[in-house]
Amino acid sequence: MLELRHRGGCPGPGAAGAPPPREGEAAGGDHETESTSDKETDIDDRYGDLDSRPDSDIPEIPPSSDRTPEILKKALSGLSSRWKNWWIRGILTLTMISLFFLIIYMGSFMLMLLVLGIQVKCFHEIITIGYRVYRSYDLPWFRTLSWYFLLCVNYFFYGETVADYFATFVQREEQLQFLIRYHRFISFALYLAGFCMFVLSLVKKHYRLQFYMFAWTHVTLLITVTQSHLVIQNLFEGMIWFLVPISSVICNDITAYLFGFFFGRTPLIKLSPKKTWEGFIGGFFSTVVFGFVAAYMLSKYQYFVCPVEYRSDVNSFVTECEPSELFQLQSYSLPPFLKAVLRRETVSLYPFQIHSIALSTFASLIGPFGGFFASGFKRAFKIKDFANTIPGHGGIMDRFDCQYLMATFVHVYITSFIRGPNPSKVLQQLLVLQPEQQLNIYKTLKTHLIEKGILQPTLKV
Amino acid sequence: YLFIHERHRTRERQRHRQREKQESETEAKVDGETASDSESRAEAAPLSASTDDTPEVLNRALSNLSSRWKNWWVRGILTLAMIAFFFIIIYLGPMVLMIIVMCVQIKCFHEIITIGYNVYHSYDLPWFRTLSWYFLLCVNYFFYGETVTDYFFTLVQREEPLRILSKYHRFISFTLYLIGFCMFVLSLVKKHYRLQFYMFGWTHVTLLIVVTQSHLVIHNLFEGMIWFIVPISCVICNDIMAYMFGFFFGRTPLIKLSPKKTWEGFIGGFFATVVFGLLLSYVMSGYRCFVCPVEYNNDTNSFTVDCEPSDLFRLQEYNIPEVIQSVIGLTTVWMYPFQIHSIALSTFASLIGPFGGFFASGFKRAFKIKDFANTIPGHGGIMDRFDCQYLMATFVNVYIASFIRGPNPSKLIQQFLTLRPDQQLHIFNTLRSHLADKGMLTVATEDE
Repeated sequence: MLELRHRGGCPGPGAAGAPPPREGEAAGGDHETESTSDKETDIDDRYGDLDSRPDSDIPEIPPSSDRTPEILKKALSGLSSRWKNWWIRGILTLTMISLFFLIIYMGSFMLMLLVLGIQVKCFHEIITIGYRVYRSYDLPWFRTLSWYFLLCVNYFFYGETVADYFATFVQREEQLQFLIRYHRFISFALYLAGFCMFVLSLVKKHYRLQFYMFAWTHVTLLITVTQSHLVIQNLFEGMIWFLVPISSVICNDITAYLFGFFFGRTPLIKLSPKKTWEGFIGGFFSTVVFGFVAAYMLSKYQYFVCPVEYRSDVNSFVTECEPSELFQLQSYSLPPFLKAVLRRETVSLYPFQIHSIALSTFASLIGPFGGFFASGFKRAFKIKDFANTIPGHGGIMDRFDCQYLMATFVHVYITSFIRGPNPSKVLQQLLVLQPEQQLNIYKTLKTHLIEKGILQPTLKV
Repeated sequence: YLFIHERHRTRERQRHRQREKQESETEAKVDGETASDSESRAEAAPLSASTDDTPEVLNRALSNLSSRWKNWWVRGILTLAMIAFFFIIIYLGPMVLMIIVMCVQIKCFHEIITIGYNVYHSYDLPWFRTLSWYFLLCVNYFFYGETVTDYFFTLVQREEPLRILSKYHRFISFTLYLIGFCMFVLSLVKKHYRLQFYMFGWTHVTLLIVVTQSHLVIHNLFEGMIWFIVPISCVICNDIMAYMFGFFFGRTPLIKLSPKKTWEGFIGGFFATVVFGLLLSYVMSGYRCFVCPVEYNNDTNSFTVDCEPSDLFRLQEYNIPEVIQSVIGLTTVWMYPFQIHSIALSTFASLIGPFGGFFASGFKRAFKIKDFANTIPGHGGIMDRFDCQYLMATFVNVYIASFIRGPNPSKLIQQFLTLRPDQQLHIFNTLRSHLADKGMLTVATEDE
């Protein structure tokens, strides 16, 4: 074991022209003379054994260039660098928030595109970090394969979810029918093709690196693609299920920062020294209040509250419906101690506001763990930011790290407490059955609906 | 210098052993390429297979033979033992099969995680072993809850605690997973961030591979034991046949990754496996216990396999194409439709299954290990035996879902009944217009 560690700690002597000397890594010289046949695994040792070394040995990945636009730089050239940084961050924050509002105004379809765009960018950022960590730019096929897997997994998920919602549209087109019917098989075949390409692309000296990049790609897909598809499913449930969670997380970030800035004293966790308990708790309470208020305001509008549907006649998305009970004002009697404080017997609330408390609580208490995870990740790989896309803030991933778990939570919450199975999916599956089975089910359903009085028995075709 | 010398010596020994294996005439050797080839290096003790697990009995019985033959006999006896064990479990029924699949899954997980520990020397990371097993438990709980609820529906509805567990199943599983996630974040220790993230990633990829495959295997099993037995046997048969063809006729190497595989073995194995699949499915399609979906009977509180065999498993007459008519001399042949499907399954097992094996070889090369573990004497770990099965279970599951049966009608009715009335009405109306379009709705049907 000692020899193994020892050998892992020293890069091979034959590292001619390779990056390590540039990075200052080849400090300890190698004290073994490697015979020719041993050189085959040099590259693996050099990069693969990076893992066994303690963190301090790994050099930092140099951050890419600064992308602050020239205008901003000129406008702020007067201020000192500290204020300049603060202003850049502030301006970019406001820009992002207004962009968010603009896209909400433009509708569900634009939102879907935005989510897709963010997903692709996040994937790109994480994969680029992987390349830099393993210095594997020149691995054969690898960039192509990563993007190909992204495409496959997206195809699979879009087919599973989107096809349900577009059921009526799909019924019309023959080719789409075929694609839907054998969707799983086609997706699996596509994935297999990628898998076989990976196996065939394994190159003798780079096995370990290639496996690492393969695993890195898959874990990244697991994180980014599944989350983004859950976000889109929440969106279809009603835009409020998309807006309130995301705003709660953003609000928690901002208010926790403000509380920490003004009252911060006790550090929260070693991983992020700038977080404090005061910020955490203050952020929690203000996020709950914010969620409560935002839910109240948004619940009034059909635009936010109704499930998104695709109407084939109009060929676009519509949000028109009779708001469900969740979004109709109800009277709640206050518990005694609140009665005394507020001096009222009852209060009119939307039931959704009660749910929003649960969502905000999650956003404040568990959401930050996503942030800590990302901080740990950046510490582990010695990067300052995920990328440099947004000046002053870092990459897209930096903005979305706290949202990781939120989308999954909202989805699980909806399926467990709000509604049962997805009606569009049930319809989709019904339409796939054999005609005889469909007829049987039709008869069963008819009897059931008539019993329940939902369907009038005298109704004729 | 001593270290180089040591390495050199172990490599010499390996080459010698490998040459021995090539010369021996093994009949039952399943996966000949667990033997390292000349390029892989046996590292120092921790990564290579450690002690010899051959039971004393065998050792004594074979003590007379030379080491070369002893190795051959050990492999052969173990292969026969495993195949016999497989038959016994099939005889014992679905419940025992499920338990065995579960155990194989746990052992595979354990093997891969141990390799991760060895690679990263991370035995002493805080919490990590606990967390890996905890995640395994969570993911298993989630999957078993999803599948078991469907099949044990009536049982679950009866018992109050089970009903609550199944209603909020996703929420409970997610909460359990979250707890593990938060524990991981809280356990990050300053000097070991990278290692901890690596192990986290390693655990998740392992779960993705091992646990999902094993649950798909159980899904297939519930479809009918034949959907479990035929694919697995095809993969095993392909291994054995490819080895034998390669041994007798092998000439052209197949892939750089596994130098001992040959094109002759590959193609010979393909044809032999297709024939084997046809024969096996013919034999098995005759028996109800293999062909019927596994159901849980509430009254007897056990699994039963009793049903009217579906069309797939009833003999039908097929016209033989002209080409083969002259060869065989028959105009029609009686076959089960399932045999046509078995051709697809065998083809996959022979053509794509080996890629799973290449993947595992590449993995072993990358991490410089000879075998995944040393559980089975002469063969290596459980993963070594199951590496070609990776993709097979997924393929069978996707195949069944796409070509054999659609969604489950009774399950659809259950889901329908949980919807809101307006949603039910909407679906009903859409279904009615769909059926009317197809002309299936007559006035008679409407009057019922």
